[in-house]
Amino acid sequence: MSGNMNLTLKVWRQKNSSTSGKFVTYKAPEISPDMSFLEMLDVVNEGLVKKSEDPIQFDHDCREGICGMCSLVINGEPHGPKRATTTCQLHMRSFNDGDTIVIEPWRASAFPVVKDLAVDRSSFDRIQQAGGYVSIGTGGVPDANEIAIPKVIADEAFNSATCIGCGACVAACKNASAMLFVSAKISQYAMLPQGQPERYARAEAMVLQMDDEGFGGCTNTYACEAQCPKEIKVTNIARMNREFFNAEFIKG
Amino acid sequence: MLDAKIPSGPLAEKWNKHKFDLKLVNPSNKRKYDIIVVGTGLAGASAAASLAELGYNVKAFCFQDSPRRAHSIAAQGGINAAKNYPNDGDSVFRLFYDTIKGGDYRSREGNVYRLAEVSVNIIDQCVAQGVPFAREYGGLLDNRSFGGAQVSRTFYARGQTGQQLLLGAYSALNRQINLGKVKMYTRSEMLDVVTVDGKAQGIITRNLIDGTVETHAGHAVLLCTGGYGNVFYLSTNAMGSNVTAAWRAHKRGAYMANPCYTQIHPTCIPVSGDHQSKLTLMSESLRNDGRVWAPKTVELAQKIQKGEIKAIDLKEDERDYFLERKYPSFGNLVPRDVASRNAKQVCDEGRGVGKTGLAVYLDFADSIKRLGEDTVAAKYGNLFDMYRQITDENPYKLPMRIYPAVHYTMGGLWVDYNLMTSIPGLYALGEANFSDHGANRLGASALMQGLADGYFVIPYTLGDYLAKIGPAPIDANRPEFAKVKSEVEDRIKTLLSLRGNKTVDEYHRDLGKIMWEYCGMSRDAEGLKKAKGMISELRADFWKNVIVLGENEEVNQSLEKAGRVADFLELGELMIDDALNRDESCGGHFREEYQTPEGEALRNDDDFAYVAAWAYQGDNMPEELHKEQLEFENVKLTQRSYK
Amino acid sequence: MSNFSNAFSSTLGKKLVMCLTGLFLCSFLIVHLTGNFQLFKNDDGLAFNQYAHFMTHFTPIKVVSYLLYSSIIIHSVWAIIITLHNRKARPQGYAIKPKDGSIWSSRNMGILGTVLFVFIVVHMSNFWYQYHWGETPYVEYRTDLNTGATITKEIQASEFTDYVSYIDNGVEITKSKDLYKETQFAFQQWWLVAFYVLAMAALAFHLVHGFQSAFQTLGWNHHKYRPLIKFVGFWIFSILIPLGFAAMPLYFFFLK
Repeated sequence: MSGNMNLTLKVWRQKNSSTSGKFVTYKAPEISPDMSFLEMLDVVNEGLVKKSEDPIQFDHDCREGICGMCSLVINGEPHGPKRATTTCQLHMRSFNDGDTIVIEPWRASAFPVVKDLAVDRSSFDRIQQAGGYVSIGTGGVPDANEIAIPKVIADEAFNSATCIGCGACVAACKNASAMLFVSAKISQYAMLPQGQPERYARAEAMVLQMDDEGFGGCTNTYACEAQCPKEIKVTNIARMNREFFNAEFIKG
Repeated sequence: MLDAKIPSGPLAEKWNKHKFDLKLVNPSNKRKYDIIVVGTGLAGASAAASLAELGYNVKAFCFQDSPRRAHSIAAQGGINAAKNYPNDGDSVFRLFYDTIKGGDYRSREGNVYRLAEVSVNIIDQCVAQGVPFAREYGGLLDNRSFGGAQVSRTFYARGQTGQQLLLGAYSALNRQINLGKVKMYTRSEMLDVVTVDGKAQGIITRNLIDGTVETHAGHAVLLCTGGYGNVFYLSTNAMGSNVTAAWRAHKRGAYMANPCYTQIHPTCIPVSGDHQSKLTLMSESLRNDGRVWAPKTVELAQKIQKGEIKAIDLKEDERDYFLERKYPSFGNLVPRDVASRNAKQVCDEGRGVGKTGLAVYLDFADSIKRLGEDTVAAKYGNLFDMYRQITDENPYKLPMRIYPAVHYTMGGLWVDYNLMTSIPGLYALGEANFSDHGANRLGASALMQGLADGYFVIPYTLGDYLAKIGPAPIDANRPEFAKVKSEVEDRIKTLLSLRGNKTVDEYHRDLGKIMWEYCGMSRDAEGLKKAKGMISELRADFWKNVIVLGENEEVNQSLEKAGRVADFLELGELMIDDALNRDESCGGHFREEYQTPEGEALRNDDDFAYVAAWAYQGDNMPEELHKEQLEFENVKLTQRSYK
Repeated sequence: MSNFSNAFSSTLGKKLVMCLTGLFLCSFLIVHLTGNFQLFKNDDGLAFNQYAHFMTHFTPIKVVSYLLYSSIIIHSVWAIIITLHNRKARPQGYAIKPKDGSIWSSRNMGILGTVLFVFIVVHMSNFWYQYHWGETPYVEYRTDLNTGATITKEIQASEFTDYVSYIDNGVEITKSKDLYKETQFAFQQWWLVAFYVLAMAALAFHLVHGFQSAFQTLGWNHHKYRPLIKFVGFWIFSILIPLGFAAMPLYFFFLK
């Protein structure tokens, strides 16, 4: 990796959810290819603060790709050009000297902008609150090894459970649909024996809450799967459909 | 002398006996109590959910946009439990013993035994919630050996155990939110605690969206706010992890215990430049198959640093496998503190590698030759990918570069056996307290402790306090609330008035450098004294020259960071005081002056087998030291040896 | 606990409506194509006209045909409802169009569907409307049952009262509206042929996504069956069927 890069950023700036936003252009000089994308923004922000200008707001926390807090649509791609990667794990070596990078927030009516590039994803929490759990209290549960779960099922449930709730699926979907996110949780519990007692009630409650939040519907373009940093599969959505229709027409 | 209120009687019966002795709250009265839980990591989410299930009204707070984002989520390796499923000789006592010994005999027997005891319930609880732990082909749970333990007692969920456990606790929390028993406040930062007649009765928070300073009253306040590793600026902690809640409580009278105990994790990806914002940890399981080495001579190291030669160009006799050389029996699997310190020594000698010279090699060439690339990829593929992503180097071809990084803080708010701090009604759980890990935490024990505190300890011990104070409503209109609130507002105003010439991040970086240099992997009295002066100056400068932009009534990252760094600056000084006070080496605290002739940590059990709990005395006043003597009735104190 | 209104008012329910009507229309395509293959018979349209009469007069088929008309309408109306709802979910679009790895047709089902809807209107007014209520030529076929030879004769409207088919002295006589001729006339116009071929291209793209998508919506996305569904969706529904239909106008334009 050779020298540093000079980049131009076009960043969405929006004071809060009730004002409208616009793109503002910034120079990002002397960017090391070893920086992460967010570190590049840190450097730009530090420059802004030194000039007494309001730094760019973006969500981030763990910076190791697991908390799900970072977001950003970078040149039209949620979490940027690399597959199976969150923005915090994207490195500047994915860009070239002289590039112009357009940075936008997740755009969905169910994800109102908090400020600049940070959005409010509490709709995701409310969907989980509607049924994303097994209704057991603390204590009084059977020994962990009383429930045997075939390894293949446990592994598949795990694949669904790795969702980090970042919202890239919504950002990528042309309909701003949250189905990949919702289906991952429904699937995890639908596969595991622990999830069986509430299986259909859960599917119904979570889907209806998802609709209430104003997410769009799925038109099976599978953009969500392509952009998911944790590579959650659309077979989860198929399973959710099955669970929901079962709940509505057969088991409900 | 501080009283930890450890129940009397034989070790194995203490907790059971204590549970019986604790007072209970009548079921119909529980709904009359309001409990405040700050932080929603493993400890906070599990406590909030469990207390709500019991019938208490819970208000839970987190600064992130969702409770699911707490940094517990980043734990990779696993969670220990004395289930003895593999039939390899584990027991509650063995887990207790390993933890006490691993902590270099600086933790409480009573607490650690209880931790080992409830560890088995944690696994049951998590499995019942639907946490997808790794399983054998027969469908039962899989265990692995972790962190050099001689039994396989670690339950894991690929490399994402923390995530899966947190999502389990988050789901339990969500259920209670849905039932209306927990009211969740996200993007809310606790800025102070309110005490009335010496008891904690509420907190002051700032809404991070619109800046509203809010007052919340409750019968008890639980701080589940994690550790303070970010005092070092660079650590494996999340960017937002901070000490503010704990530090504010400390300034209101809660003692801070053993703040100098810091865990440095040996297998992290090295710093690549000044822009670095955080460090990334790779599971220490890598040391099972990787060999740690550095060039034998400074000359060779310099050539590598300049990029003239590569690691693979070095012949076998030009390499120094320093861990294998110094610790023939444990080799690359020595405990975290030993591995970290040795890497630092090698780099201090000038034999470090990489552009910065602050790294040593972790080499898989032999394992790849022995096991084949596929087997190595199956075991460590995701870690290798992560490494490659960050460094742009292929670890299958070139040895990994690693360097130690701050990872966990064993110190924290002092709590008694009931997890109550020195302020009645104020509790600390998880990494925020100091109680169970002594001077060094064993791998896969942090998750265990967070969940033990939240699911299985606090639901019992809190009731005792609540029953004693009674269910009369807490009056948030008392002048104490208004007073603390206006103090918080004044502090915000003061911060916002600072329009100097240096950014908050610059101060944070400066502080981190001082802490890492003088109060990091090894410390000595001279350096510590020097650092104390430097921090004091830095702190004075901060309050004159820092730039804080914007207003309170908006999303204001400058303001948020400034408040946190201001607290880190104060904490840093206390850590140094504590490190200076402890004239011995133990676990994560290594004082150069106190080492064996072979360079190993030299404890002083006669004078320092105590918990150092510091009481705040006022701005710029030395803190007062309270000691809690550690009693060892069940284990014999020995020198750790890994030769 | 739950009721059907939830089922159909939800985003999943609306999608189910699209899926079921879509699959029904797919099944119709097979029947329609099979029947229309009679056009390629070199019999001056006897078989085709017999088939046309049967399809419009056999009661069970009439019932199914009303189901078909309503499916087309529901499929179109629901498409509009879903599209409007989905638009609302993202009021502010991206400055840079997302590169998302999805195939073009999956993102443009609305455009393809609109082309198909226009096609259906044109197609039905050309043939279905003309056949039922418009002016068509009439034809009489006389088939000598001994030799099998058929004589075709155009007849005037005055000579035609109703479709008849009877045997008289070893000769089978069939009088019918001549939809075959109608077709032949229609497909002498190059622009209509071009439009038909274009519409079938749209059909191909519509179905390459639509067919397999319907199974995903139903929840039948299983790694064992997915290759089969993809195979059928691609080779049968988006290659064979559109090609078969497109062959008809081309056949008449170039060969008749």
